[in-house]
Amino acid sequence: MTPADAPAAAVRGLPPRMTMPSLPAFLAYLVVILFLVLSFQGAGWSFEKLARGLPSVGDFLSRSWPPSIARIERIAPALLETFQMALVGTVVGVLISVPLGVLAARGLSGNRILYTTSRALIALFRTVPDLIWALVFVICVGLGPFAGTLAIVVDTIGFCGRFFAEAMEDVDKGPQEALTAIGASRTDTICCTVIPAAMPAFITTSLFALEKSTRSSVIMGLVGAGGIGLELKVAMDLFEYREAMTIILLIFVLVLAVERVGNLLRRNVLEI
Amino acid sequence: MASTAAAARLDEVSAYAPQSTEADLEVSGLGKAYTPGRNVFENVDFTLRRGEAVALIGANGAGKSTLLRCCVRLIEPTAGTVRLLGTDLLSVRPRELRRLRSEIGFVFQRHNLVPRLSALSNTVHGALGRRGGPAYWLQSCAPADLRRRAIECLRHVGLADIAGQRADRLSGGQSQRVAIARALMQQPRLMIADEPVASLDPVAGEEVMELFVSLMRRDGLTLFFTSHNLEHALRYADRVIGLQAGRMALDAPARDLRAADLRGLYDAG
Repeated sequence: MTPADAPAAAVRGLPPRMTMPSLPAFLAYLVVILFLVLSFQGAGWSFEKLARGLPSVGDFLSRSWPPSIARIERIAPALLETFQMALVGTVVGVLISVPLGVLAARGLSGNRILYTTSRALIALFRTVPDLIWALVFVICVGLGPFAGTLAIVVDTIGFCGRFFAEAMEDVDKGPQEALTAIGASRTDTICCTVIPAAMPAFITTSLFALEKSTRSSVIMGLVGAGGIGLELKVAMDLFEYREAMTIILLIFVLVLAVERVGNLLRRNVLEI
Repeated sequence: MASTAAAARLDEVSAYAPQSTEADLEVSGLGKAYTPGRNVFENVDFTLRRGEAVALIGANGAGKSTLLRCCVRLIEPTAGTVRLLGTDLLSVRPRELRRLRSEIGFVFQRHNLVPRLSALSNTVHGALGRRGGPAYWLQSCAPADLRRRAIECLRHVGLADIAGQRADRLSGGQSQRVAIARALMQQPRLMIADEPVASLDPVAGEEVMELFVSLMRRDGLTLFFTSHNLEHALRYADRVIGLQAGRMALDAPARDLRAADLRGLYDAG
């Protein structure tokens, strides 16, 4: 072997950089790509419409500027109500999510039926969108913020229940074994070892849930379930774009403030 | 200095030999197989008399930790019987099992403290076997007499001054001392320890082991511990039980043994 042949020989000994996909895998990739292309069609994606619509954005902005504060005495309480719905809905949802999360955590519930039922309930709450829950609760308890708050409670349980259960499944099993070994009950063991260990995850998830609920509570008004969404819809329907802009900006400030405070608290929790 | 003092204290009590013939733990024909036909250990027989200190030794994978856990049904054995404090452990219902376990202290290699709670809260948890409920979950909720007793247990292990410190900010040696304090809080009759100093450096390990054994002997507790440190086994135990490839290969008084005699247990096979 000449020195020139040496690199070629070394390359021959290496595994190939790429492997050819099998025929079924190749067909699967093809189907996925085809479906994606068709989905663009199904979704009505149109660069032409986008280009035609862009000037309308400018038109909307020019007609909505400067924002009007003529009805601020009505908008401000609606904004406060929006946040109160989010806050109460999240707190109640989180409080229900803790025991439900325990039942839905593998190895903690202690009963197969309870485990499966709580998992199914959480999955149901998570998969049905919050606006649909709002419609359901408007039928059940009537128009107003209570219906929206209940929808947020259910949405929060769907979100937090799953993450709480996973956080509790992931904690170190050692302390649980230690308390089981000395005869502690299942409830005592969970409350003394699992919940304290999962507490940082509980807090950060709850703060994310509050951010999510704040955004959700804004649109609850669109179906008559309270909050500032109703004011926004009325303003848009009446072409009161300057008032609508005020509402949009206030929503932006509210959501941003909740996110900022959430980030701050999360950082502090993670440092503890 | 503290180490020397502890050693002197230990020398005073190390002459202790169990006077009682009463058995705290009787194991007969015990076996465990996770898959049929593949035993972790089998046909294990021994008795622990009250006040006796017994070391269980054997190579990694010999089944020591599994055997300890089978003795309190943290792991269910697949064969044999276990009589714990005079009761057939394998036939009791869950409530009775919990009551029996409350009489048994268990110290683990990795301390198994709740990391985010204080040393004092972790110590208070030792009382959970006998009484439960929210008052025992955190030291801040515990009744005054319970907190006083927990502080006393921490004082016995030399950590009363850091009772409020979080468990995850303690050193390995301190964590194991808190685990011992938690076990003392339980006021057990029999103490089981699974390689209690294996995760500690030699100096801390020596100190913790001396403290542990001296406290056990002070209270006249039966002690059953595993160790890879043969000197510990010979120094702190009255009797040594050896497991080799899942079978009992040794059960002899520690005074009749030398470390060299025990090395054969670590030979392959």
